[in-house]
Amino acid sequence: MSTKMTYREAMREAIREAMIADEKVFLMGEDVGHYGGCYAVSKGLLDEFGPDRIRDTPLSESGFTGAGIGAALGGMRPIVEIMTCNFALLALDQIMNTAATMRHMSGGQFHVPVVIRMATGAGRQLAAQHSHSLEGWFAHIPGLRILAPATVADARAMLARALEDPDPVLIFENALLYNREGAVPDNLAAIDIDHASIRREGSDISLITYGGSLWKCMDAAEELSSLGVSAEVLDLRTLRPLDDAAIMASVAKTRRVLIVDEGWRSGSLSAEIMTRIMEQGFWTLDAPPMRLCSAEVPIPYAKHMEEAALPQVATIVETTRKLVGA
Amino acid sequence: MTGTKLRLDHEHCRLLLKQMLRIRRFEERCAELYTKEKIRGFLHLYIGEEAVATGIMQALDEEDAVVATYREHGHALLRGVPAGEIMAEMYGKQEGCSRGRGGSMHLFHEPTRFYGGNAIVGGGLPMAVGLALADKMQGKSNVTVCFFGEGAAAEGEFHESLNLAALWDLPVLFVCENNLYAMGTALDLSESETDIHAKAASYKMLSEIVDGMNVVDVEVAARRAVASIREGDGPVFLECRTYRFRAHSMFDPELYREKQEVKKWTEIGPIRRFQSWALEAGELSQADVDAIEEEVAQEVSEAVAFAEAGTWEPVADLLRDVGAEART
Repeated sequence: MSTKMTYREAMREAIREAMIADEKVFLMGEDVGHYGGCYAVSKGLLDEFGPDRIRDTPLSESGFTGAGIGAALGGMRPIVEIMTCNFALLALDQIMNTAATMRHMSGGQFHVPVVIRMATGAGRQLAAQHSHSLEGWFAHIPGLRILAPATVADARAMLARALEDPDPVLIFENALLYNREGAVPDNLAAIDIDHASIRREGSDISLITYGGSLWKCMDAAEELSSLGVSAEVLDLRTLRPLDDAAIMASVAKTRRVLIVDEGWRSGSLSAEIMTRIMEQGFWTLDAPPMRLCSAEVPIPYAKHMEEAALPQVATIVETTRKLVGA
Repeated sequence: MTGTKLRLDHEHCRLLLKQMLRIRRFEERCAELYTKEKIRGFLHLYIGEEAVATGIMQALDEEDAVVATYREHGHALLRGVPAGEIMAEMYGKQEGCSRGRGGSMHLFHEPTRFYGGNAIVGGGLPMAVGLALADKMQGKSNVTVCFFGEGAAAEGEFHESLNLAALWDLPVLFVCENNLYAMGTALDLSESETDIHAKAASYKMLSEIVDGMNVVDVEVAARRAVASIREGDGPVFLECRTYRFRAHSMFDPELYREKQEVKKWTEIGPIRRFQSWALEAGELSQADVDAIEEEVAQEVSEAVAFAEAGTWEPVADLLRDVGAEART
């Protein structure tokens, strides 16, 4: 049995459920309360839980993210919402120098069970300062767990598990996914969020991706199948730690790989994934691994230019065809 | 804030002097050990500022939380972190209070709610706000004390944190240790408004200047502030005017200030000043002072012996405590 809902509703339900289950859970961030959430994720929650637990913050990312970290140290279970990952850079010191280091620097005495949610990704003509995909940067940092739910079911199930984590967890929600509809199984416990998931089986090539690009890869795989190419789509789900076993298993099966990642190409997460494939799966490959990333440019405003900057279904199909010689 | 009268009897004078001397002698030994390369990395000494930590700590209960900076040996020591564990931490031994992972700048101690030890200027303020928020949301009457230097007033996090604490009426005692220099930059070279307490007052919280060279003044102000915070009257800000007698760190050639200025401040040093007052007032005798010195020397020697006898963590444990044990 399952229920249909949007990605936005799934997130909201996950927050509601967590707040009902544990009174130590609370949500804080910019516009989460009276405005109803900048992406309307928390709409209605203020009425239900009150301003103490649905806590509007001033526009001070470093201050309120740090306060969330402190509250987690003090025994609460805060969910901090940052409007976009671009703004999270203002809180980078708190996330990296405090949250990620505290357990190690204190010799295991203190840990920071904070969950920080933020929107990521381009495609809405919001220009450079609201459109970047910085999850790869955060995935560079030891001490953090980085999640990127791509499906509605994952959006529904990931938060509870993130809140159970004794360490800081960052959830990157691709803003283009909020309106997406999908089915959520009634048995949430059955959803595994810790491992990568094969979203489509295939035998000719592995398309490795996560978040908003998953659906582009799924569409591309569909198109490719009509061309006689069988593409496997692997959704990473967790960007740190990476599920090496799933990546290597898929590559060993298809012997070709294309990584699709909306981060910039240089030093991107795809560079890390590709390196791991070279280290661990080189002898299984029939062709050089390739990747499709965002162009090395601040994301432009004009629609055609924004589209050209991002991996698209057509470019995924084209690159795959080259790789498999179809 | 209501007035709080302090009873300066023999016992209390003994306590205040002893606490200040514990910091002074401990750090003098640290400086020695640094030159012998037993302690490495950065070492920031608190010498000259002892009255601030000593006065403030008198006002705290066991359940209160403390957040400090990289110049925090004195805070840790007076909060109750065992001297041996602090020294072992500076050696980098696994018996240290942070298992040798933090060193001088990152002392942590869970049993006394000592949350560091933060080497990012201003970085501890949001954490203190969050700790106070957690206490308040859980209906506890604890206070979180946050120490920082005046250099932090130039950081955005200072302003963000003061605003949040005042906006949400949180039980935070902000203690600005204004020693006039942010590393080597004098206050009037870095701040348009050099009265730091005025910035705090602009966030609508109780804010005052305290003579940070006078331990009694600091204790009185701290007790008054903590009482007000526990009453639920929101955060309080104390600007303690003090001075560090030593360089910023052991690497600092101190080119930015005159020797004459340092001399002037050492003459009104907190220990010298309090000790002579207590002797003159007849609250302490020279024999008392000698006995205190003896006790402190003993504690410091034991701390060094503890650190010397400590062991190095096996390299096999390098990746320990980056995160909790992996999920199954």
